[in-house]
Amino acid sequence: MTTPFPFSAIVGQDQMKLAMILTAIDPGLGGVLVFGDRGTGKSTAVRALAALLPPITAIKGCPVNAATRADCPDWAGIETDEVVERPTPVVDLPLGVTEDRVTGALDIERALTQGEKAFEPGLLARANRGYLYIDEVNLLEDHIVDLLLDVAQSGENVVEREGLSIRHPARFVLVGSGNPEEGELRPQLLDRFGLSVEVRSPTDIEERIEVIRRRDAFDRDADGFLSKWQAEDAKVRHRILRARADLAETETDDDALRDCAQLCVALGSDGLRGELTLLRAGRALAAYRGDDALDRDHLRAVAPLALSHRLRRDPLDDAGSATRVARTVDEVLG
Amino acid sequence: MTADRWQQALLARDLLAIDPEGLRGLTLRARMGPVRQAYQDALRGFPLPLRRLHPDIGDDQLFGGVNVSDTLAQGRVVRDRGLLQDPCAAVLTMAERCPPDLAAKLAQGLDSGTVSALILLDEGTEDEAAPPALTERLAFHIDLDRIGRLEARPAPLPDLGAARARLPQVTIDPEAISTLTALAARFGIDSLRAPLLALRAARAHAALLGQDSVTSDDLRIAAELVFPARATRMPDPEPEADETPPDPPEAQPKEQDSDQGSGGDEIPDEMLIEAVQALLPPNLIDTAGDATPSKGARGSGAGARRKGNRRGRPLPPRPGRLDGRRRIDLVATLRAAAPWQPLRRQQAQDERRLIIHPSDIRVKRYEDRSDRLLIFTVDASGSAALARLAEAKGAVEILLAEAYARRDHVALIAFRGEEAELLLPPTRSLVQTKRRLAALPGGGGTPLAAGLRAAGDLAQQARHHGLSPTAVLLTDGRANIALDGEANRDTARQDAEQLARLLRAEGIPGLVLDVSTRPQAPLADLAAQMGAPYVALPRADAQRLSRAVTGALEV
Repeated sequence: MTTPFPFSAIVGQDQMKLAMILTAIDPGLGGVLVFGDRGTGKSTAVRALAALLPPITAIKGCPVNAATRADCPDWAGIETDEVVERPTPVVDLPLGVTEDRVTGALDIERALTQGEKAFEPGLLARANRGYLYIDEVNLLEDHIVDLLLDVAQSGENVVEREGLSIRHPARFVLVGSGNPEEGELRPQLLDRFGLSVEVRSPTDIEERIEVIRRRDAFDRDADGFLSKWQAEDAKVRHRILRARADLAETETDDDALRDCAQLCVALGSDGLRGELTLLRAGRALAAYRGDDALDRDHLRAVAPLALSHRLRRDPLDDAGSATRVARTVDEVLG
Repeated sequence: MTADRWQQALLARDLLAIDPEGLRGLTLRARMGPVRQAYQDALRGFPLPLRRLHPDIGDDQLFGGVNVSDTLAQGRVVRDRGLLQDPCAAVLTMAERCPPDLAAKLAQGLDSGTVSALILLDEGTEDEAAPPALTERLAFHIDLDRIGRLEARPAPLPDLGAARARLPQVTIDPEAISTLTALAARFGIDSLRAPLLALRAARAHAALLGQDSVTSDDLRIAAELVFPARATRMPDPEPEADETPPDPPEAQPKEQDSDQGSGGDEIPDEMLIEAVQALLPPNLIDTAGDATPSKGARGSGAGARRKGNRRGRPLPPRPGRLDGRRRIDLVATLRAAAPWQPLRRQQAQDERRLIIHPSDIRVKRYEDRSDRLLIFTVDASGSAALARLAEAKGAVEILLAEAYARRDHVALIAFRGEEAELLLPPTRSLVQTKRRLAALPGGGGTPLAAGLRAAGDLAQQARHHGLSPTAVLLTDGRANIALDGEANRDTARQDAEQLARLLRAEGIPGLVLDVSTRPQAPLADLAAQMGAPYVALPRADAQRLSRAVTGALEV
């Protein structure tokens, strides 16, 4: 594995970085969808974020990275209380992956050689308490998508096949990236992502040059570059950790709730998921900025992230959905 | 000129051999033939082992896995080593057939460093091409088709050990980074991978020549190699004002050890542009559209077509390995194993058991083809009703019979008054369609835009179900109701045009049939905006209408 690029050294792409930080603060937000052109640093950002996050402590040998022995699934047969530190898991879900690889299946090796019926955990088990990253999510096969949605929502992976009956926790942040030119995402899946970001190649020449400069410096001397950005990364990490701790104390008054509802009604987003995500994202942002209570500034900043993928398609509006959200935010919040 | 191209192709190979991890590989677009063979021969001695892949390769072959049959036979776990488990340069043959999932896996491999370099052998003709997700990551794109076999002289890979050792020490002027980035932007190359790759190519070239730093010549050559295949537009003749001025600061920090570069850095921008421009394909303006998002949206077929098959025509089974995705054809497998049973029983000294070897396994195959959906969008407004509604109905009926024979799905949308109505969701039922059609009343305004929108939405939905939609629009083109229901000819026309463009952007093929008494020029424009053929039918009978539809769809 190559060393990931430092998160704070990513030039521009503030919306994407913000969305990722918010999910790191509140994993319950429900994942990030990053749509954009090729070569805009989508994959780089995901891997960088994982490297930025503090390691998790997990029971040694536990296939689902459980924090305590009580949380370890029975079938794993863990009999130790020893904990180890592991980096926050980031699991890649490749296209064309089989269902067996995702959910886990009968351990063929043990079945063949020892005649035992054992469970071989899949990608979902490994992604527990971490990130599940799907590049080109719009090209993923439908049945895998359905399965992921189901697990992401319930937080539990249930395998009932080949005479196995297994369940284990699978709580992960779903990060999907893709290029809309290659195919759209089904609306059902779109809605399940908490936040969405559209990234573009920077148009400003200076910014582009800075991207190339940093990347080149990184490629030539990764260690030197990392140590240069270490302090900056540590700062972000520290803020995320503090925000996690403060999240529960961040206050939300009725006015903020009313704002959320009014925004969603004005935009005509379906269901109530929009309001909930907006609220949680706003609160995470408030905690990140070190504010005590959720206010309109926070909502304004997170509204495009939380709502732009929940709008109905309007063929006559040439403006991107992010612009439409911004316009409505201005109208509603003044 | 062509000899230059061959030299350039060889140069790309040398640079790649110097820095395979940085340059990532090359796309070789060439048909099978002596020239390609010469180039492949020239790759011999590449610093990494070359591993050949093919588009149908399975996961266990790529990444390794438990070998089920050997494990069973030997009673201990036998693992196959994957092709990509050791550092290697992967050579993908028939790259134009590479399915998206393999492309994604290879791209992932390239990003994470498990695939050091990738060489795509693209044998595609006109519109076939290797997946952009891969070509975009590779530094070079080499087109050998215009090189004669005589120019393609064999050229063994020189010893590049010294250049490779030198590579980490090659320094680069920070200004060069700006030059390359700005240049890429002027050729309309959005991705930031391009300037990065060019930068590495320049560095490798400097190392090749035994220099300690990158000169403007290196930059020019790198730009010539990396940019032309990615360019989406010719640069503006006038460079923007703020790009060229940095000449003075550029010249001073650079102390050239050789005479070639001292003044060279003052003009590189323009020189670079000319150099790259000379290598651009002549019809760039025509092909530029390919890179714009709207046309690229057609690529969605790659995803929809494969998985959307409700019915596959079974093809003869063929020998294969079970990789979790394929299904075994039990009968064919037994049939293949049957003749060998007596022999095998003798060898195994087992009288009762059926002995099946991995080579007997046959897997099922189906032919991939997604169903077609014809969306008839019929103008039932007063103006059309007066003239041709009956004829249009007749034509649809004839087409239905044909659709039935071809097992196409049909859907029917009528627009009249202020809105469009989906009279019949996609179906194969002939009877139902006829009944709905007969009951279709006429009269009212012409909300053309609403009809197009309904057709577009239905087409999108159908795509998600794996159908290939085609929108057939029958109208007299006199749009007079805007999308919001307002009776205003101008906005109605604008709305209709905008939706027509949207249909085109979404890559929905279409056909516009003019059923007015006199053909309408605006309707032909609308068809052009939809990217659809336009067929005017003055005084047609239903039979002719249907011939027109069949003819246009057959193309």
